[in-house]
Amino acid sequence: MSSSVILTRELTKSYGSLAAVQELNLSVGPNRITAFLGQNGAGKSTTIKMLLGMIRPSSGEGTVLGNRITNAAENREMRRKVAYVAENKPLYGYMSVEQTIHFASSFYPDWRSDVATKLLIEYKLPPQRKVKALSKGMRTKLALLLAFARRPALLILDEPSEGLDPVGIEHLLQMLVAQAAEGVAIFFSSHQIAEVERVADHVCILDNGRLLLDASLDQLRQSYRRIDLVFASTPPEREFRITGVEKIQTKGHQMSVFASENAEGVIERARDLDAVSVEVAPVGLREIFLETVKEN
Amino acid sequence: MFFKLTPTTGQPLYLQLMQQIRHATETGALQDGDQLAGIRTLAEELVVSPNTVAKAYSELEHDGLLELRQGCGAFVCVKRRTRSLADHVQVARRRLRELIEQLREQGLLDEEIKRAFEAELLYPTEVVVRRR
Repeated sequence: MSSSVILTRELTKSYGSLAAVQELNLSVGPNRITAFLGQNGAGKSTTIKMLLGMIRPSSGEGTVLGNRITNAAENREMRRKVAYVAENKPLYGYMSVEQTIHFASSFYPDWRSDVATKLLIEYKLPPQRKVKALSKGMRTKLALLLAFARRPALLILDEPSEGLDPVGIEHLLQMLVAQAAEGVAIFFSSHQIAEVERVADHVCILDNGRLLLDASLDQLRQSYRRIDLVFASTPPEREFRITGVEKIQTKGHQMSVFASENAEGVIERARDLDAVSVEVAPVGLREIFLETVKEN
Repeated sequence: MFFKLTPTTGQPLYLQLMQQIRHATETGALQDGDQLAGIRTLAEELVVSPNTVAKAYSELEHDGLLELRQGCGAFVCVKRRTRSLADHVQVARRRLRELIEQLREQGLLDEEIKRAFEAELLYPTEVVVRRR
C-alpha cells in the first residue's frame, strides 16, 4: 500500500545475539487509529525508535510519511510532520511547566497556542512548578500536551496512558479521537487492552520482535469465536484440525475450540459428529492477545 | 439520543451503532427529520474511532435511513417503506417472544437460550437448505 503512513520491510534490530525486532513488515494506514500491542520487552519501543531515526536498524528498511528512516535529511523532514510522545516522557527537570511549553512551541511551526492554553487548564497543570517536582501522571499530561498542541500528520505515542488515572485515560482517548477526526493518523503502543478495544480501528500484536497479528478490530470481532462442545463419548479432537482453528482443549466429554475464523465450519463439523451441545461465544481482544502471545 | 457500544460482543462497533439508530427509528425515539450529532462529536462522546461513526452513517445513508447533507450533518429519514419494515420486525419479535416463553416453560435458562440462538445464527444457510 503506497499510501501507508508507516511502512517497513524486513526491519530488524539485533543487540549482539539478541534480536529485539525481527524482519518486521509493518504497514500502517492513513486516517485511522492503529494500536501496537505486545508484552514488555516485545520490541515495541525499539520499533518506534527505529521509525523515528533514534535507533539505527541492523537491517531492513522503512519509511514514515514517505521519508526513509535511515536518511538524515529525510528524517528531519519527517520530524516536522510527526508528533511523538516517548515512553519515559523525557522532559527537562529544571524547567517549569510554562517554560517547557514555551520552549517546545519555538520548535514547531504547526504549534497551536490556543490548544496548549486550553489543555493546560483541562489538565490542571501548575504552570510555575518545575518538571522535576511533577507527579508521574502530571509528567505524562505535560508530554501529551506538547504533542496535542501541534497539528501533525502522524501522531506516535509510546505508552501514553502511563501514570494516568481513569479520568486522565478517558480524556486522553477523547483527545486521540478528536485528533483522528481532524485527519491525523495515530499509532500508539499500549497495555490498556480495554481502551484499545474501544478506540482503535486496527491492531498489531508484536511478540519477541515478530509481528503475530495485523488486523482490523471489526475483522477480529467478526471472525474470532470460542466454540464449546460436549460429546457423548471422547471428543474427536483430530476431526477439528481445520481452517481457522487455533487451539483445542479437551477435558473429559468437553472440548473447547478457539477459532480465528471459520466458526461455521467448526459448528457444521460438530453437528456432523453429533455433538450433544454446541455453544458459541465471541472473543474479546484481551483473550485474542493472550492466546496469540501464548501460542508463540 | 443515547447510544451504548460494547466492544466485546463479537460484533463490529459500527454495526452496533447502525442497529441502535435503526431501532430508535422503529420505536420512534428518532423521527423523520431529526438531526444526529456530527461524526466528531458523536465519536468523542462515545470515545470510539471517528471511522466507526462515519461507517455507520454512510451505511445508513446507503440504506436510505439517513440523509447526509454537506456541512449540516446527518438527518433521519423515515419513509413509509421503513415503517413497514419496522412492522415486520415487530411481528418477528412477537414470534420470538412466544418461542422464548415456550423454551422457558420447558425449563431452559435464559443463558442457554441465548447461546443456542447464537449457535443457530452461525449455522451456514446452505446447510439448512440442504437438510430441508
